[in-house]
Amino acid sequence: MTSLRDAPADVTARYEMVVGLEVHVQLRTHTKAFCSCDTTYGAPPNVNTCPVCLALPGALPALNREAVHLAMRAAHALGCTVNPVSVFARKNYFYPDLPKGYQISQYDRPLALGGRLDIGDGDAARTVGITRVHMEEDAGKSIHDRYPGATAIDLNRAGVPLIEIVSEPDMRSSPDAVAYLTALKQILEYIDVSDVSMEEGSLRVDANVSARLLGATALGTKTEVKNMNSFSGVQRALEAEFERQCALLERGERVHQQTMLWDGARNEVRPARSKEASHDYRYFPEPDLPPLVLDPQWIDEVRRELPELPRVRRARFAREYGLAGADVGVLTATPALADYFEAAAKAHGDAKAAANWVMGEVLAALNTSSNSVKTFRVPPASLARLLDLVREGVVSHSAAKRVFALMAETGDTPERVAEREGLVQVRDADELARWVDEVLAEHPAEAGRFRAGEKKLLGVLVGLVMKKSKGRADPRRVNQLLSERAGG
Amino acid sequence: MTGPTAVESVTASFARMEAVRAGADGLNCVLWSDRERAPLAGYPVAVKDNIATLDLPTTCGSRILEGYVSPYEATVVSRLRAAGSVVLCKTNCDEFAMGSSNENSAYGPVRNPIDPCRVPGGSSGGSAAAVAAGIVRIALGSETGGSVRQPAAFCGVVGVKPTYGRVSRFGLVAFASSLDQVGVLGRTVDDAALGMEVIAGRDPYDSTSADRPVPRYRDAASQPMRGLTIGRPAEYFPPSLDRRVAALCDRALDALRSQGAQVRDISLPHTDLAIPVYYIIAPAEASSNLARFDGVRYGLRVTGDDGLRAMYERTRSRGFGPEVTRRVLLGTYVLSAGYYDAYYKKAQEVRACITEDFRSAFASGIDVIFTPTTPSPAFELGAKSDPYEMYLNDIFTCTGNLAGVPGISVPIGRVDGLPIGGQLITRHFDEAGMFAAAYALERALGDEAHR
Repeated sequence: MTSLRDAPADVTARYEMVVGLEVHVQLRTHTKAFCSCDTTYGAPPNVNTCPVCLALPGALPALNREAVHLAMRAAHALGCTVNPVSVFARKNYFYPDLPKGYQISQYDRPLALGGRLDIGDGDAARTVGITRVHMEEDAGKSIHDRYPGATAIDLNRAGVPLIEIVSEPDMRSSPDAVAYLTALKQILEYIDVSDVSMEEGSLRVDANVSARLLGATALGTKTEVKNMNSFSGVQRALEAEFERQCALLERGERVHQQTMLWDGARNEVRPARSKEASHDYRYFPEPDLPPLVLDPQWIDEVRRELPELPRVRRARFAREYGLAGADVGVLTATPALADYFEAAAKAHGDAKAAANWVMGEVLAALNTSSNSVKTFRVPPASLARLLDLVREGVVSHSAAKRVFALMAETGDTPERVAEREGLVQVRDADELARWVDEVLAEHPAEAGRFRAGEKKLLGVLVGLVMKKSKGRADPRRVNQLLSERAGG
Repeated sequence: MTGPTAVESVTASFARMEAVRAGADGLNCVLWSDRERAPLAGYPVAVKDNIATLDLPTTCGSRILEGYVSPYEATVVSRLRAAGSVVLCKTNCDEFAMGSSNENSAYGPVRNPIDPCRVPGGSSGGSAAAVAAGIVRIALGSETGGSVRQPAAFCGVVGVKPTYGRVSRFGLVAFASSLDQVGVLGRTVDDAALGMEVIAGRDPYDSTSADRPVPRYRDAASQPMRGLTIGRPAEYFPPSLDRRVAALCDRALDALRSQGAQVRDISLPHTDLAIPVYYIIAPAEASSNLARFDGVRYGLRVTGDDGLRAMYERTRSRGFGPEVTRRVLLGTYVLSAGYYDAYYKKAQEVRACITEDFRSAFASGIDVIFTPTTPSPAFELGAKSDPYEMYLNDIFTCTGNLAGVPGISVPIGRVDGLPIGGQLITRHFDEAGMFAAAYALERALGDEAHR
């Protein structure tokens, strides 16, 4: 056992990390992969079950077409070639949360092969090959900590459709791995096939890691690291395992091909018991399901219906809206936010103003309210309308922030909020003149110095007028009027 | 093993029959007059104990499912009931349909009604015996390597193994999924044809069931044989075949000729590989199919305080009988890393050759293939203790399961008073042609079929 704490700092200096990732993603179908049970997360234990997913004697699987559709979508989005014929296979092992004693998966003829995923930016940019995407079903959940001395089994998850996305060993550092996962998660969100939540288990990551001397081309012996439950956990686990391997190699020892389990609490990896690691899964073609034959026309259709993917969208935002790279990154983080920005920008016309508001006020409001973009009470058209009012001078920039906050609270239109709160900017010359004159009269000393040419007092006086107007005065006009009074 | 006493058995049977009669009375009022909608009204049926039924246990003849009652029923059972039938009883069988004598049931053997010292065949021995004894006219069995046709032959009744995919397997407890089919046993060809009409057809719950229309098989009843060619495969008539069985086959072929058919000698050259191939593929699939009997969710669980693995081992060791254990071990072995290519993959290649044998025979102008169903008549209980000798019982039938073609066993006479069956095989999904030949054979032989 090795942890980050006691490893010498320079043990990794001569080595390079090589990483490939296997990612399991739960598909967001209405029903399970091979039966019509509900897939809603968080139902009471064992409610979403039937003879098929309980593996009662005599029950048979029937493939869910929606799962195939979503799996194909993901495969296309990752640039894979979808095979017109793929074959389901049984992966045999005994475990109490695996009702049939085998998992229906795909083995030597997977759904899709040979894709790629571009990760990182600038110098850190690289392309990671996607080896394959295949379909399979999830197992149930074993709950070990609920009843003392017993394990509880919840089979709600048993039979939920998954895809497994296997990458080539193309990553060279733990940040590479995180960049890959971030990019992958983003794509899967864009194409709307999964909740991709590591917390809820709809995204699960296993890593194959090896170490080799810098400059070497042959791959070292790899280990498989499991049990990570966050992206940062993946990063820390990879570093811990890399250090462990480097330390072995430095001492002239060999790395053994084995499965390592990440222990996040102790920040260390330790070998899985050999029983957990040395399965012979006895794969063979699933005789209960005919080969999955896909109409080439359907394969094409699914590819054509793909939405704009993150990388393309980022390039377009930079080009069409003239936005800086960092801003584009923020605005395209999720498809919902990007859609929101784009709708507001189009309705308002000034993309930079819209971008600033979305990155500022909108994100701040979303962060504090735990709302999602989709349930946010200010629709993009309303934000655009508010920006129109600012541009037209009807609402001041500072008043607009208050208006926005109230819109987010009430869902009202900007016009109604501004009206109700008296935040419509006053541009009536008589009223503005009266406020200016009153301020000058109330502050004779400053007024005198201002009139005598002390220009720096202008700001103070504008502020006083704004205060008197309760923020409703148009500051540009106030400015103008004061300058006139000074004999401008 | 302590079973019920004779009095308990009989009392239970009467209670069941009373219940069935009550159900049938209700049906009589509603359905008796509508033969189209309810062709099975008035036909109580017996259902093999590896087919899921709602109100009777489904034990598969195994200790591991003792007392297990399915919360859902098999598609074939639903179809029988929708056609006006009532499930009279479940019938004993070899454990998980693994056997050819019905001696492998955890609940004791079945005896042959023709001669109680002899086995009824297996694995659908209970269903064959129930029909032979006149308890029901139609019974459901299941086939993986001959488990309907062989007991039908041994008991002197008709047994059908449909084309793979013709009948839904949903609710049939799987033995070897790529070979399993629900089959029908009947007193006559007409009973079997009627049963098949009711249960055949696409079922969305079985992805391997075929989406093809189901003809009215009883329409084949008076179809002439004129112009049809019957193939007689040399491999099914080896010199070692019992001369009396061969003679009955010759008589059956003459009977078919008398109905207008021609007979031609053919060859199905890969026949001798069928048994070895079958005993790789079937156990391989069985080892996976039977993994669900793990003591976790239903059925027998033998617990202890020494952990999960020990629970699995004890439950399965105690729950499965020796034949099931043998096949699960064999199947696990042939699928293991390093052996898969040499055994399972090779067996699938040979299986394709066996299928091709049939395809090319039918392509050469053969309409129906005729063979003996078994090499010999029913043997005495306990007579075959060597598993391999037992496996040879299926030598003429398991080819049909491997190739997926339909087959029917029809009584063609007796040897020493024991029934002998003749088998008729046709192209995939040509059950209509198969029934036409079976009707013709039955018609031509008349009472000779049971002499």
